[in-house]
Amino acid sequence: MSTTSKTDEYQVQLEIFEGPMDLLLHLIRKNKVDIYDIPIALIMDQYLAYLDMMRSFNIDVAGEFLETAATLAYIKSRLLVPRIGADEDEQEEDPRMELVRPLLEYAKIREAAQTLADSLQLGRDVHVRNIPSEELWDLESGEEIAEVGLFELVSALHEVLKKAEPDELMQMSADTMRLKDRINQLMEILAGVSSVTFHELFAEQARKADIVLTFLAILELVRLQMIRAFQHQPSRIIRLYLAVEDGIAPGATE
Amino acid sequence: MSQVRAIIESLLFVSEVPLSLTKIKSVLSMYTHVEITEALQQLQQEYAGDKHGFSLAEVAQGYQFRSKPEYGEWIRTLKRITPARLSQAALETLAIIAYKQPILRAEIESIRGVDVGGVLRMLLEKKLIKILGRKNVPGRPIIYGTTQRFLEVFSLKDISSLPTMEEIGDLSDQSVTEIAAEENE
Repeated sequence: MSTTSKTDEYQVQLEIFEGPMDLLLHLIRKNKVDIYDIPIALIMDQYLAYLDMMRSFNIDVAGEFLETAATLAYIKSRLLVPRIGADEDEQEEDPRMELVRPLLEYAKIREAAQTLADSLQLGRDVHVRNIPSEELWDLESGEEIAEVGLFELVSALHEVLKKAEPDELMQMSADTMRLKDRINQLMEILAGVSSVTFHELFAEQARKADIVLTFLAILELVRLQMIRAFQHQPSRIIRLYLAVEDGIAPGATE
Repeated sequence: MSQVRAIIESLLFVSEVPLSLTKIKSVLSMYTHVEITEALQQLQQEYAGDKHGFSLAEVAQGYQFRSKPEYGEWIRTLKRITPARLSQAALETLAIIAYKQPILRAEIESIRGVDVGGVLRMLLEKKLIKILGRKNVPGRPIIYGTTQRFLEVFSLKDISSLPTMEEIGDLSDQSVTEIAAEENE
């Protein structure tokens, strides 16, 4: 830290930075320095001054900020003390690259975030017609269908379990299927048809373990809002719908 | 020809989500691919004109009628909506996922340099991202990707219509120095 009184220089306005990368990028821009030739000592002083300022405002300095401070100190020391025994032919990489690479990547992401922010956003810049969801109504009978909660799902599970085979006698077997696989299966089933009833999903399963697994998969998918569950009021039949049409990420399929 | 255009227009009118070409074709099985795509083009041209308050946009691998951005203010007044703004943290996280998917939380955090747990939960709730699965490594971390909804919200035709990282890279190299000038004003 320099000996001159820094307090005079402090501006009252305190900018809040998202994280150490955000702060570093700001300092580099503020000082108009080349990102490939960062004056580490200068930037580090300002970086630490900012952390001090945060503390003086009683703001908790997150661990990430301290970690980057340590990286800065390490790079500074590497610059001051050349490695002993380093082969002269072998050009040692600038230790600052350790900081520059992630900074450049972060700068790119900031730009990408800006392009997203500037794009025509649905609900902000452009709007679509609001059509009441057809799923909510059984168009043929006109009977009401309500979205179900955990309670209805659990009571439906009880019914399924009642019909299941009695407990097998200590049958030891390796887990034939895991939750993830079952979730994927359910998503595949739903991708093929527009909706499926709760009971259909359990149709071919007799083992309690399978039933529970399927149920957990349904709960997980509902929690992630990937499927929606509706109950037909008079018949109490629960139907599951895919929450998003064509719910496959473009990136995942290509 | 004009009839196929009117039929498609009616389909688009009642469709809640962007209508894909495949879906339009499946309904209009008696018409050829060329007839349908030409009709779509004509509709797009027609609605692009000044006479109309909405246009036929190509988003999320489909077609959808959307109000033109210049009339957004009137619509917001009518519907009394204040658009929810995504925070800088949310936008950055979303950008990372959009460009690097499939991606793990730890990878996102290493780029942003901060914890993203809360942001991820919020993005999942808004259905802008989703869980693609789990990676088969110790801890079985969750793999994230963007959704169809993401394309709809940001008016993207498909995920490849985002500017490439290289294009953005060229931008940011300049901007690191250029924006510096702006910030110091």
